[in-house]
Amino acid sequence: MKEKKPLRTPYEQNYYPPTPSKFTVWKRTNPVWQFFRFLVINVKMLIMARKH
Amino acid sequence: MARLLIMGAGVSGHTAALHAQRKLKRDHEVIVVSPNSKWNWIPSNIWVGVGFMNTEQVTFDLAPIYKKAGIPFYQAKATAIYPEGSDEHPTPFIEISYTSPDRASEKEILAYDYLINATGPRLRFDKTEGLGPDNGYTASVCTHGHAEHAFRQLEESIERMKKGERQKIVIGTGHGTCTCQGAAFEYLFNVDHLIRKHGVRDKADLTWITNEMELGDFGMGGMHFKRGGYVTHSRIFTESLFTERGVSWIKQAGVKGIQENKFEYETLDGKEAEQEFDFSMMLPPFTGVPFQAFNRNGEEITDQLFAPNGFMKVDADYSGKPYDEWSPKDWPETYQNTTYSNIFAVGIAFAPPHSISKPAKSVNGTPISPTPPRTGMPSGVMAREVAFNIADMIKGDAEMPLRKASMANMGAACIASAGASALNGTAVSMTMYPIIPDFEAYPDTGRSLKYTTGEIGLAGHWIKHLLHFGFMYKAKANPFWRFIPE
Repeated sequence: MKEKKPLRTPYEQNYYPPTPSKFTVWKRTNPVWQFFRFLVINVKMLIMARKH
Repeated sequence: MARLLIMGAGVSGHTAALHAQRKLKRDHEVIVVSPNSKWNWIPSNIWVGVGFMNTEQVTFDLAPIYKKAGIPFYQAKATAIYPEGSDEHPTPFIEISYTSPDRASEKEILAYDYLINATGPRLRFDKTEGLGPDNGYTASVCTHGHAEHAFRQLEESIERMKKGERQKIVIGTGHGTCTCQGAAFEYLFNVDHLIRKHGVRDKADLTWITNEMELGDFGMGGMHFKRGGYVTHSRIFTESLFTERGVSWIKQAGVKGIQENKFEYETLDGKEAEQEFDFSMMLPPFTGVPFQAFNRNGEEITDQLFAPNGFMKVDADYSGKPYDEWSPKDWPETYQNTTYSNIFAVGIAFAPPHSISKPAKSVNGTPISPTPPRTGMPSGVMAREVAFNIADMIKGDAEMPLRKASMANMGAACIASAGASALNGTAVSMTMYPIIPDFEAYPDTGRSLKYTTGEIGLAGHWIKHLLHFGFMYKAKANPFWRFIPE
């Protein structure tokens, strides 16, 4: 069963923040795209490890 | 033969011990004193708290590792420091009290030439009445034992939801001066992920309570990064995730007291309110591990060595300057005590000059703002550099610490799990440079927009997993351990 999305109530705290599009949510768990991001984030982390 | 004594065997103490031993080999002595028999990869306690891992997977016995590395290990807690020695023992020494079952409470003294204080935090559940798993009503993930207990409580809550009961779940900080918001954030979203997996998310009201001024502060004043054509603050990024997952939040809050199933809190505007809960995980505030220090004449000099919060004073600026005058130069570079040059403090044990987030008090005068985090990657880096400096001084290659590891010139990578699963898990992957904002070098945001980044995705979960196994491997001093970065 598809999970019901929480309601966003006008003028409440959850009304204002941006929420991801379906495409963005799909990309977050797409293995091919995420494998690419895995490599990119690892490179970034190695750069951080060397920056001190 | 010189002796380096390290108090504490957590991330920073253990890192310092392994690097120092590697540099000093058998020519000098490196010894470790820790009250715990096990090493714990604390970041993975989050996963113990949701049943994704168990205690055995996040800990290992220290004694065999130190035996293999040639490091004498004393399972004991240090209780006093005599940096000038005493009439009876003319060289500097510490007093220890054994915690191992075979020698429990037995006392001994250990002399040293160099001392590293890497004792980590004292978990101050007592600062908020009713806080914590031992004498209170809330769970914790600060230790693997606490995390196991948290999972048992969470399981009970899930069972109730499966029976149709609605559950109020509150996760966050249990005092106005807490740090490590990132850990509570990870636990929140792992709980969210777990209850979705059990098909009962619609039965749970998930609430985040925090002492941060805004979401995404994480005790570091938040950060800016480029996203979608904008330079965006981590507040937007974080509020977006909360909204997407249906989590409500209470910010600028200091929890004042907890009773069974409800707690009271105060917000910066001075309002006091109550919140009910069925299951709650709240972090405690930290102070330094309590020590006493004495001079040669036996007079107490604890306040010379330690700040009032119990953390050890090092080469930082403790003048207490106002926020507008804060500078990256306030932060320590060598972690050397300014009174006793053979004493160093690393990781959570060193006294920060001030917080990173702007301090705030409620209209009633209650401090409600995060204290600075100094765990994980930075604590490992500073421990390594301090170990190298001491090794150089012992070997006569340097007269003073030459390597510097200021958090103002250090980058950090942080992976915050937001749901543990190999195929549909996610984590927030953040990098930042520098850790301490520098508004002279980066006038707009305080940090480099090139090196400060954040994104959410499955890749982060894979990396978190990789880090778990990588750091467990490294901490066991397995072959080529030193090539794994801190």
